[in-house]
Formats: sequence, C-alpha cells, structure tokens
Amino acid sequence: MRVPVSWLREYVRLPVGVAVEELTGRLTALGLKLEALEFPGADVTGPLVVGRVLDLVSEEHNNGKTIRWCQVDVGPHNADGEPRGIVCGAHNFAVGDLVVVALPGAELSGGFAISARKTYGHVSDGMICSARELGLGDDHTGIIVLEPGAAEPGDDAMPVLHLRDEVIEFEINPDRAYALSVRGVAREAAIAYDVEFADPALGAVPAEDERDYPVEVADPAGCPVFVTRTVTGFDPEAPSPRWLARRVQLAGMRPISLAVDVTNYVMLELGQPIHGYDRSALSGPIVVRRAGAGERLTTLDGVDRRLDPEDLLITDDSGPIGLAGVMGGGTTEIGAATSEIVIEAASFDPVSIGRAARRHRLPSEASRRFERGVDPGLPQRAAERVAELLTTYGGGKVEPGRTVVGEVPARTPIALPPGLSAAISGMPVEPAAVVTMLRRVGCEVAADAGSGPLEVTPPTWRHDLTDPYDLVEEVARQVGYERVPSVLPAAPAGRGLTPPQRLRRRVGYTLAGAGFVEAVTFPFVGPADWAALGIAEDDPRRNAMRVANPLSEQEPELRTTLLPGLLRALARNVGRGQTDAALFETGAVYLPDEKPRAAPVLGVDRRPTADELAALNAAVPAQPRHLGVVLAGDREPSGWWGSGRPASWADAIGAVHRLAEVLGVEVAASAGQLTPWHPGRCAQLRLGDTLIGHAGELHPTVCREYGVPARTAAAEVDLDALLAAVPPLVAAPSLSTFPVAKEDVALVVDESVPAAQVGAALRAGAGELLERLRLFDVYTGDQIPPGKKSLAFALRFRAPDRTLTEAETGAARDAAVAAAAARLGAEQRA
Amino acid sequence: MSGPNTDYDPVEVTPLHPDEVDQMRRTALDAIAAADDLARLKQVRLDHVGDRSPLALANREIGALPPQARKEAGQRVGQARRAVAAALAERTAELEAEHEQRILTEEAVDVTLPTDRDPRGARHPLTTIAERIADVFVAMGWEVAEGPEVEAEWLNFDALNLGPDHPARTMQDTFWIEPPDSGLVLRTHTSPVQARTMLDREPPIYVVCPGRTFRTDELDATHTPVFHQVEGLAVDEGLSMAHLKGTLDHFAEAMFGTGITTRFRPSYFPFTEPSAEVDLICFVCRSEQPAVDSCRTCRGEGWIEWGGCGVVNPRVLVACGIDPQRYSGFAFGMGLERTLMFRHGIPDMRDLVEGDVRFTLPFGMEI
Repeated sequence: MRVPVSWLREYVRLPVGVAVEELTGRLTALGLKLEALEFPGADVTGPLVVGRVLDLVSEEHNNGKTIRWCQVDVGPHNADGEPRGIVCGAHNFAVGDLVVVALPGAELSGGFAISARKTYGHVSDGMICSARELGLGDDHTGIIVLEPGAAEPGDDAMPVLHLRDEVIEFEINPDRAYALSVRGVAREAAIAYDVEFADPALGAVPAEDERDYPVEVADPAGCPVFVTRTVTGFDPEAPSPRWLARRVQLAGMRPISLAVDVTNYVMLELGQPIHGYDRSALSGPIVVRRAGAGERLTTLDGVDRRLDPEDLLITDDSGPIGLAGVMGGGTTEIGAATSEIVIEAASFDPVSIGRAARRHRLPSEASRRFERGVDPGLPQRAAERVAELLTTYGGGKVEPGRTVVGEVPARTPIALPPGLSAAISGMPVEPAAVVTMLRRVGCEVAADAGSGPLEVTPPTWRHDLTDPYDLVEEVARQVGYERVPSVLPAAPAGRGLTPPQRLRRRVGYTLAGAGFVEAVTFPFVGPADWAALGIAEDDPRRNAMRVANPLSEQEPELRTTLLPGLLRALARNVGRGQTDAALFETGAVYLPDEKPRAAPVLGVDRRPTADELAALNAAVPAQPRHLGVVLAGDREPSGWWGSGRPASWADAIGAVHRLAEVLGVEVAASAGQLTPWHPGRCAQLRLGDTLIGHAGELHPTVCREYGVPARTAAAEVDLDALLAAVPPLVAAPSLSTFPVAKEDVALVVDESVPAAQVGAALRAGAGELLERLRLFDVYTGDQIPPGKKSLAFALRFRAPDRTLTEAETGAARDAAVAAAAARLGAEQRA
Repeated sequence: MSGPNTDYDPVEVTPLHPDEVDQMRRTALDAIAAADDLARLKQVRLDHVGDRSPLALANREIGALPPQARKEAGQRVGQARRAVAAALAERTAELEAEHEQRILTEEAVDVTLPTDRDPRGARHPLTTIAERIADVFVAMGWEVAEGPEVEAEWLNFDALNLGPDHPARTMQDTFWIEPPDSGLVLRTHTSPVQARTMLDREPPIYVVCPGRTFRTDELDATHTPVFHQVEGLAVDEGLSMAHLKGTLDHFAEAMFGTGITTRFRPSYFPFTEPSAEVDLICFVCRSEQPAVDSCRTCRGEGWIEWGGCGVVNPRVLVACGIDPQRYSGFAFGMGLERTLMFRHGIPDMRDLVEGDVRFTLPFGMEI
C-alpha cells in the first residue's frame, strides 16, 4: 500500500514538521511495516513556474522538425520586463495557454540542468515541460497545459502540479486489511501521535428515498451488501482534476479517465473497491449469483474465461457482466462515450473472491482487498463519495434513489478477561487504559463491566478481531512492543539430546574426521536419475513420491536414495577443479507406501481422537534418514612421501566399517549386486540379518552419466537402522596381562572364496584363546597354483589366567587351520 | 707372563718400576686423547685397558712382589688404571655425544614440507549451526523435537490456524504432493513439529526444532526452495511475551555475544497472537554511531531481521488438545541459512546448497 503523506494529513492532524522517517518509525512500531520511502518531485529543483504563451511562431528546420518559437510570460520572472523566448518541440498548445516553464537554473529529474542555450537559431531561455520530464507520468506526447485560471504567470508551478510529496509504501500484513486504504493508515497514524482522526467514511449518506438500479442478490452469503447509485449527464471528456490524478498516480495506479480515476481514488481512500457500469449497456436488473455450467465471461483485460460454478458473478439479462470483486466484463465497461454510470459498491465473501482470483490467476487491486476483508459498513458511503466526485468534476447529476440490498452483518462481542492483556503481553496495563486503547482502534467497549470480562465489539473493518488474544495484541502494540520486559523462563530439567540425536553428531564428526566433507543437497530427482543410475522399472526405488508443482519438470520426484544429489555435488566439485573429493550426506529419503492413503484433514475445534491421529500418521510416508558417501580421485594425495592412493571401492566400504566401529555395532560386508554399483565390486552391508545398505565402486556407465570420474566409489546405508543397533551400554573388556603368543598362517584357497569366510572359519576353529585375527596379505602368482590365492593371517593368542605353552598355541592354530580346511578347502601354504 | 710367583727374585720385577707405570699411564692417556672416533677408541680400550694391556699385566704382577713392595706398587698401578678408565669413560661419552650430534645433524629434515597426506574433512555449517543452537536450548533444559519433511497438510496448516482459505496459506508457496487429495505437503515451515509435540506431550513443553523446510522459490542468491529453520516452542502456565523476549535475548547473546539483544515489531502469523518480527541488534556495529553508518552486516540499519515469533494462538492449543485457560505458550522461528549468511558474511545462498568443498572445508567441525 502506497500512501502519499499529503493525503494522510487530510484525515489526521499530524504535528507540524514531523519528519516522515519518524512517522514511519511509529507506524512500524504499531504494525504497519515500512517497505519503502519515496520523495517524488524532490529531484526537481530551482525555478519551475507557470507561464502564459503570448505568441508562438512555427519554424520548420532542415532536420525535418517543426519547432515553435514561443514568447512566454512568466510574470515576475520575465527578463527585463519582457516575456521569455523559449523553443518548444511540442504542438499541443495554443497562444493564451498556461504552461509549466523550467527557468535557467532549474534541474529536472535525472540531473537534467536547464540553462539559456542556443538552439534552432534562438536562445531558448528555459524549457516548457512535459509530464514525463517532471516525473508526473509517462506522457511525453506533448507539454503540460494547465487548466485556464489554474494559476497566474510567474506562480510557483510545484503546488499547482502537486509535484512534491512523500510517499510511504507499507507492507500490509494479511490481518490488517483495513490498512489497504488511506483511511486505515490515517487511523493508525492518529493512534501513533494520539491526535484526532477525521474518518472520511463518516460523510453524510442521505436516507434511502427510492430504489436506484434494480438489483437482486441470489447468494446473500457470497454478497451480504450490494449498493448502487447512478450518475447521469456525465461528461466523458472531462479530465481528472490534477490533484486527484496525482494522488492516484502516487498511490501506484495509472490515471486513465475521470470515471476510472474516481473509482480508484475512492478505493484507495476508503478501501472499498468500486465498479462502474455504463448504464446504457446494461440490460435488465443486475443479479448477483454463482456461475452456471458452461458460462463464459470476457474480462476487462480482454481474456475470455470459462467460469467455474463456484465463481460469484455480476450478471444482467445478457449473462455474466463481471467476476464479482475481481474484475468487470468488457461489455458494460465505462468507455469514452459513457454519460450514465451505475456505481457498484458491494461487500463480498472473502473466501469466494480469494478463490476466484486464484482460480483465474487474476489478482487485482479489488480482489486483493476483498480476499483480506473489506469493511461491510462502507458501501453506502463509498457509493455516495464516488457520485459526489463524478458530478463535481464531470458534471451531470446524481439520480435520486439508492439501491441497498442486504445489511451490514452485526459483530459478535468478545469477552475480554480483565487481566488477560497484562498476563499475555507481560506488560503491566491498567484496565482503564485497555478500554481507551480498544476504543481508539474502533472497538465499542460496554461501559463498566465491574470485575467481570470486558464486552468488546470490534468495528466492521476489523475482521481480524475475533478472539480475546486478538484484543490483547491491539493493546500490546499500543503500549509498545519495545516495552516488553525480558524474563528468562525456567524450563524443567530436560533429558538432553536423545540417543539418535547424539549419535548423529558422532556420525558427522567421525566422517569429517576421516576426510569426508558434508554436503546438504536437494531431495528432488526425476526419471533421468533412475535411468542414469540404471535402476530397473520394477525396482522399488522407483516408487517415489511426486511433487504436484515441481520447480523443474525434470525433477518432479522425491529421492529414495541420496546418490543422485551427492553425485551431482561431486560432479560440480570435479567440474570446478576439485578432482579429489570425498563427500557425505545424511538426510531423509521418502518412501511411499505401496498403497498410499490420503492424510485426513481434521477439524481444529478440539484435539483429534487417537484414531484420527493414527490415520493421519499412517498416511505420512516413511522417511528414514540415510547416510551416503561418494569418493573420487585420490584418497591420499601424492607428495614428497610418494605417490597418491586413489580412492577405491575399499574406501567406500571402509567408511561404513569405520563408522560402525565408532558406533560399536558390527556391520558385515558380503558380495552384493545392486545398481548403480559395479557388479563385481559391490558389497551388501548387513547388521545381523538386516540388509542396511551397499557400498563399493560405481558402475562405469553411472560415472559417465553423472560426469564423475571413472571408479568413483559410493556407499549408502539406512542410518536410522544403524543407529538403532547401537548398544546403550558398552560392556568393558577384561584384560589379560599374560604374554601374548603370535602365530602366522598362510592359507591357499580358491580365488572365489571370500576372505571374510576364511577369517570366520579360522576364528571358529581357534576357539577362545584367539585374541585377535588379522588378514595381512593376499597373494596370487607363480608361487601358488592358478585360480588360487594365498591369504596370510596373523593370529594372537592369549589366556586370561596363564601363560600359554607352545603346545597349547600350536594346537589352537592347528585347529583354526583345520576348520578353514574343512569348511573351505583351505590348505596351509608351506 | 707367569702365574703367582712364590719363589721370586725382587730384582726381576722391573715392570713395576714407578717410571714404567707412569709411562704406561701416559701412553694410555695419550692414546685415549688421540682417539677421534668411537672405533679408534675401541682399539685404544683393547690396547690399554684390555686384559693384555700393559697396566693389566702390571696389575697381575703385583702379587709377585715382595710383601713390602706390594702396597706401593698396588697403589701406583691402581691409580694409573683408574685414571685411564676415567679418561676412557670421559672420552667415550665425548665421542658418543659427538657421534649423536652428527647423526642428529645429518637427520635434519625440512619441516616446512607439506604434511597434508591425510585428507581433510568438514561438517556442513548448516548442521553445525543447528547443533550449536540446540545446545543453547538444551543447556536451559529444553529438548530437541523432530518431525517428518513430507508432512500432513493438517499439521502444516490447519492445526496451526491456517484454514483452507486463509490468505497466509496461499502466501506460503507450498510444494504439494500428488495426488491432489493426498493431504500431504513438503512442510513449509518447522511449525508442524510444534503441533506434533503438543499432541505428543503434556505441558510443560520446552522444545526447539531445527529442520529442513521447503517453498517453491527458485534458487538464487537470496532464495532456495530447500532451506532450514529452527523453531522454538514453550507451553506452560503463566508464559507471556516477556518470557519470549527473555528467551530470544538469551539466544541472541549465546549466538552473537554479550550484550546482543533483540527487539520486537508487531507482525502477523496465524499461529501466534500477538505476533512479532524479531530483530537482532547488529553484532558488528552494535547499532552505535558512527560504525552503524558504514556497517555492511546490517546495511546501516543497526538491526538485523532475524525471524518471527509470538504467543501461541489459543486456537492452536485447542486443536492440539491443550487447555488455553490453563496454559499459554510462545513460539519463534528463524531461518538457518539467513542466520548463517549474516553471522558469517556468506554472500550467496547458493554456496550453502551446492556442496562445493572449498566452501565447506573452512567451517571445520564447529561453528
């Protein structure tokens, strides 16, 4: 909402000399937030005066232009008593016209300095100005011609043009619909300075003598009040008075014609949107009703619209002539020849108008006000005001009679407990002050409620005031939010972070400590991702939730895996030259049910029942938190210490193992096969019997598709599942201080035998004396038969209660080897 | 060389002549002094201290002397041997020290060589700031609450006094989940966690809810469709705006330093009444002249817009089954991206979402 301060001052006696910055400061403190402050006309300085054209000579010049050499009387500013000679390129004026002259020394918008200068063979002693040159609008087709008698030659042109003003642009919150008018802002300004407010809506409304244009409201709920008034004999050629057009312009609307400007002016002034009809184009009574099937309307913007049965319409015998509260129709539009105007001022249901505006994507100044709530007490006075302005400036007369359909809905009083304002605002407020403040915003407060609650009836323009807490806000903002004391509440002793919350931090520290950099990527994916990852049509990961209104049509789905986002981030890093990168992300994936149920929309007047809540929660999809890692390039860089170590499948698996170790859970890797991993370099990761994820090297095709280096490695696990397995208590180990006995064994097995199985067999065979087992070498080559590999293990034996004898150690080792031999055909290498 | 001599002739015991012992001693000491490395000293030890050295032999001869000569000869030889042993020990220590010194000198390295063999990692500042904020509140006894990102429309809107046609509902640019009647949205704020918490627990409630939120803004320098908020909710007997102010002032101090306070401006949120915007006094210029005029953090305003807050609308309490006659509450919410941006001078929102390691690494593990 843009408000010229000059307009505001018409209704509120602001202290003389109050700076606009101070005013906006106070209004912001009351809840009208300053969006911008403008000083139109401030960039025009120096002598700008009214001149009368005494003589003009048209001269054609070689460049094809015809200019006028004018003698202009500028009163006391005449040079030595002679009129000033000024060259002018415009032709829309005649001898005797009053024009606006910028004299030498003046400066116009954009730093355009005026001086006496030689042009077209004359010394032009100033400039005759157009509207655009003064920042008064876009009109540059001719110069400004003032109304005869508007001023005397030599007068300062600034006030005549209403050039200078201060314009405050407010960001109006949805609850303060009344502030979408100068009236509403003025009321707040009066509160801010505790000065008198002259309500422009309080003007006289003559008693309803007879009916004006016939109106029928078929949907009183959609249109509680509908008022008409008619003006006839209106001169469609009559211009808008300069002050009115200027105000409309400063308020952000384009001046068009007197009839249109007046309807806009009254809307800006009072907040009541007005529609005007060319009476000669109306046929039969106006009927307000909902749209019928298949009805269409061409709105003023020239768009032919198919109407929805919910649309509230203004119709006549010809059918729809307007989309109520949103935009009028073309057929009854006030045009260049309209002399009979039916003025509509109505009150419409906010929900209905808001829906229609959204449905037709047609936000208008009118719909913006109606959907937030227009004062239903306004239509009669607003119609009167429009009629007055039209006849004052456009001639003709206001027809006798006024049509008023419907009544202003009565407001329900609110019971305000006496101490509530102080209790909720935290500021001491006297009960008497509460009454004063509520009255100041327009509420009626029943006299003397004793010690009981105050009975407060909100004014018609405050749709937002329905509950006691709404009244508390009215009081609190007047006392001043800056006076709210600062008191730290004492919460009861809390339980700290939950175990998963603590463990998630540990995950972050562990991975960052291991050289991974955390990324937080967008969860949006699309069919191209499934294809790029090589995920089959029937793969459950393709069962993704879809966003109805995605930002990108290419990514309308929500991720079921973290890999697309991570791979994109990796590709971005590689593309920016960061070719060695290890990233991780923890975040939700979204897993819809096989048969999704709709989440019910419940009532809000009570707590939902247990069943209702259960249904609600059942409809919300599972969103487990996953952990993903990706690595490319060198895991360790090359340097003076030697060559680098490329990141590989082992690092991806290792990251999960390391994490598991830090968390105290056991994750087992075994050969797996899952896209997007390399079929021979993919581990499935299990927690006991539960599959929690995969890790390894990515399929070369996937690397190409995402533009990441070949042999990029990745892991993804269900982090929630991993964290759920973390034991609540760590059982302390018992340490033996007896000497350790070390044995190394090398076992030859088929190449296809997984090392983990050999280790498990050794461990099983070695029995309780085995303290630790470690695979320290894998060998294939000439020393052993083809198709075989040799696995070298270091075994450490120790007993809790004695020093082991060589015989005991040897027996345990032999038993371990025997178990490996029995289970896997392992042979001890000589 | 002979064994113990019992049948001796004193005249024959020439080696024990004092001059000769002195000579042996001098020779040994000279040899020790002349040895300039440990290998030579080892040879000197064999020659002059070993079993076959002249002094050792002389020592062995003492027993063959007549009793009256033994004492003097013993003393002389003993002194000589001790002197030689001491000199040898001293020289050994000297040479060992020299040797070690030489090795240490030879082993010198260039300590300015790079040592970045282990790759560096880092946590994302969005994660660490959320944790830091959580810690501020956990220290006051608050707990951290969480909720789903794909959320029931009822919890994201209706329960928070945002009815189907509420103007504010259309102002929030919501990602809707298909099909149209799914009743699900990508949560537009962390406020549904408030509702969930109130449905889950009895007052007193003191929770803080950091989390990911979504709105249909195109990604640019100041907007992102996927962002993070932190929300706080307290429901207890007797809570007022003063407690809200106290909590936010404490929060501001904990995050931005001693003396950093907040101010309220009236605002509107459907789920709070009264509602306020909360501004933070600029932690760089502290809103003090003349620093404020050239302050780039607050752009000369002296204050930084931080978030929204208010007293929980009793309608929200009712929808969540809390008696508004007995309890009142307050709530607040801030954008984590925005907080990070002004706290750390991050110029572009995209830096936070692109995953460029060059951006994240300097933030390390804490913030």
